[in-house]
Amino acid sequence: MSPKKKEAPSFEGNIARLEEIVALLERGDTPLAGSLALFEEGTRLAAACTAMLDEAEQTVVKLQKGPDGEPVELPFQEEA
Amino acid sequence: MERHVYGVTELNELVKAVLDSVPEFGNVCVRGEISNYKLYPSGHHYFTLKDAGGAIRCVLFKGQALRLRFRPENGMKVLAQGRVGVYPRDGVYQLYCDALSPDGVGDLHVAFEQLKEKLWREGLFDPARKKPLPPYPRTIAIITSPAGAAVHDMIRILRRRYPLAKVKLLPVRVQGAEAPPEIAGALRYANRHRVADVIITGRGGGSIEDLWAFNDERVARAIFDSEIPVISAVGHEPDVTIADFVADVRAATPSHAAELAVPDQGELAERIQSLRLHMVRSQGKRLELSRRRLDALAAKRVLSDPLAPVQDKRLLLDHVQKELYHAAMGRLAEPRARTAGLAASLDAMSPLKVLGRGFALVTDEEGRPLRRASGVPAGSRITAKLSQGRLLCRVEEAIEEDGT
Repeated sequence: MSPKKKEAPSFEGNIARLEEIVALLERGDTPLAGSLALFEEGTRLAAACTAMLDEAEQTVVKLQKGPDGEPVELPFQEEA
Repeated sequence: MERHVYGVTELNELVKAVLDSVPEFGNVCVRGEISNYKLYPSGHHYFTLKDAGGAIRCVLFKGQALRLRFRPENGMKVLAQGRVGVYPRDGVYQLYCDALSPDGVGDLHVAFEQLKEKLWREGLFDPARKKPLPPYPRTIAIITSPAGAAVHDMIRILRRRYPLAKVKLLPVRVQGAEAPPEIAGALRYANRHRVADVIITGRGGGSIEDLWAFNDERVARAIFDSEIPVISAVGHEPDVTIADFVADVRAATPSHAAELAVPDQGELAERIQSLRLHMVRSQGKRLELSRRRLDALAAKRVLSDPLAPVQDKRLLLDHVQKELYHAAMGRLAEPRARTAGLAASLDAMSPLKVLGRGFALVTDEEGRPLRRASGVPAGSRITAKLSQGRLLCRVEEAIEEDGT
């Protein structure tokens, strides 16, 4: 089992874990208690992924070189 | 001096030798219009190049023809590059073409082909060096002009398909002399600061000169050196630039690049739904199987009827007992039958039976049976035993007879 990340789970991480869980459940050789826990985790992940998609709003920024050379994000105004 | 008379072949060979000796003719570039164009089954192309004042026969052999990036047609203005030589059999001189390109592209085209050849040899186009695109990029860097339709098309499509990803625009000039170093610089900058998981670089359509920055060697090398996967998106579908060859993925247009860079959220939602369904189904099946196993176990008699084994033993005991009884009876039957037989015989012989028929058993005073009359004194007392009861009698007279 992959370690659960507490901080800001990524969409790709969630999807990958969800796929892993489905594969494990489909193989059907996890102990019952384990499979129930997996099932719960999977349900949670599916809901989280869907919510992430539903709530996502794209941010667009313009990168500029800061004084120290590090990237600085500036708002990008799209022309209509 | 006697005049030399040439044979035809000899003369042709001489002319050929003369032409071949002119270095200039070894590699010439001719501008003209194609006519009499014919493609032979052998794969060689034959045509005539002409201009207002003249014509020259040309041949483009199969090997060179395979590198053509366009289809030659009658009336087309082209630049032909090749060697002038004589074809002795026909006594004509012609142009043996190495390359053919549409006129108007000129030097740019030659430069393009030369750079392409060079980078190809260096392995910059090697498919094995291409990096896969991340399936779910978190951040996408766009290196292009901040003005123009291309950047807006890309942002619109990225926003629609996959709003999860952040888009970072690295504004650069995409045409003019400053463009190549700016694009290459942005690529290096993006890598140095790891600003994204995937880079799209390109621009909207334009003339070949407009797109030229993406045929620049500096840009090509920056793309090749990028550790972040690069999608090239230059111009329209038919436009092919060096950047397209070097990039990890070539998109036909900027919009296409945006589609390649991210998954579609609609499809993703379906995928999540399908994953959820799979999970519910396999878990349901799993529980159903467990329940069935449990039911099957619960239905076993040991669990449903704990006294069953005792009952079974009791039945067995009964059975054994019955068998024992029968066995014992069997052993007794024969002796019993014999006994009965003997008893019957005995009974048949019983004197009492005789008494039943009306005979009497007569005994003397001592109880001895009397068989003969002689010896029984008159006046003695005798007993006659009948079937039922006895008679006490006194002898009146004894009469002897010879009985049989």
